[in-house]
Amino acid sequence: MSISIRVGMAEYKAAKSPATLITLGLGSCVGVVLYDNFAKIGGLAHVMLPDSNLSSKKDYNPGKFADTAIDALMQEMSKLGANERRIISKIAGGAQMFQIKSENNIMQIGKRNVEAVRTKLSKLNIKIVAEDVEGNYGRTIEFFCESGELTVKTIGHGTRIL
Amino acid sequence: MYTDLEIDALKEIGNIGAGNAATALSTLLSKKIIIKVPQIKIIPFDEVSKSVGGPEKLVVGIFMRITGDVDGNILIIIPERDAYNLTETLLSKQKDRNVDFSDMEKSALLELGNIVGSSYVVALSDLTKLSLKVSVPSLAFDMAGAIISFPLSLYGYMGDTAFLIDTEFTEGLDGTKLHYFLIPDDESLKLLLKAIGVNTIEHINPSGNGGI
Repeated sequence: MSISIRVGMAEYKAAKSPATLITLGLGSCVGVVLYDNFAKIGGLAHVMLPDSNLSSKKDYNPGKFADTAIDALMQEMSKLGANERRIISKIAGGAQMFQIKSENNIMQIGKRNVEAVRTKLSKLNIKIVAEDVEGNYGRTIEFFCESGELTVKTIGHGTRIL
Repeated sequence: MYTDLEIDALKEIGNIGAGNAATALSTLLSKKIIIKVPQIKIIPFDEVSKSVGGPEKLVVGIFMRITGDVDGNILIIIPERDAYNLTETLLSKQKDRNVDFSDMEKSALLELGNIVGSSYVVALSDLTKLSLKVSVPSLAFDMAGAIISFPLSLYGYMGDTAFLIDTEFTEGLDGTKLHYFLIPDDESLKLLLKAIGVNTIEHINPSGNGGI
């Protein structure tokens, strides 16, 4: 039996094979998986918001924001022995659960989260090898550090393996 | 963060809104509705979905946005089974529980959300003399965590906790439940309190047990 590690909203965790990393009920949040296939070390961040610059507090939790969570997760993985140059990424989530017309773009938080994650990963030269993003439904995702597979479970939209 | 007085005032706001909403819901369903005393919740994001059965629990969520003198969100969460019961009552027709909600059933639930949401806000507006508008409702049938995360994530810019006023409505006989969450935007909380005459200047309680 492998250990299953739960990653809550705004958290980020790294683990070694054979552990799995799981996050339940992603809506507008984005699950960012980083993986060093050679060392079999994986990491999962549950990103809530795109931009840490909009935080009204200075001592914020880095796990909340796309631009800070990925750096923090990389550090955790390095501590376990992952090599930054080998890291690839898989992303899922960023749905818009409710269709609301609004002049305010906060309603499109899911989409903006996905964009911010993409921007950050590209800055770090991390390749996104698979993704299942946006849409209007929730996702539960589990990453297997052993195989590098990411399962995406939905209600009414099937289960996918990325 | 908030004093006892402020919490009590917010509970009272919730009570008055919920009272009006319960009357409207009772008329709509022709059934007796019981409301619990509203709870003021200031909790970490992850814990919010616990109050409705966990992040993967299948629920109907009805979302409305409040705009005007204060801004905020309304989220009504109805567990799967209870949503089936409600559509049956609303449409006086047995629901096939093996298939997804039909368009007709969805619009019945949206109408319920509309009535509950607006009657709550009308009472709030009368009490506070603030001008408030409620958007057209939108519905999702999905995992509770996915549904709740959206209105909550906006709190992430302010801190690590969400603020919500949670009221549970129960239909007497078969125990059908729904949760009504009023989730005011951060700045709006102070305006709400001010509108009912509660001063929110940061003050130190000498007994040391007033704040939470």
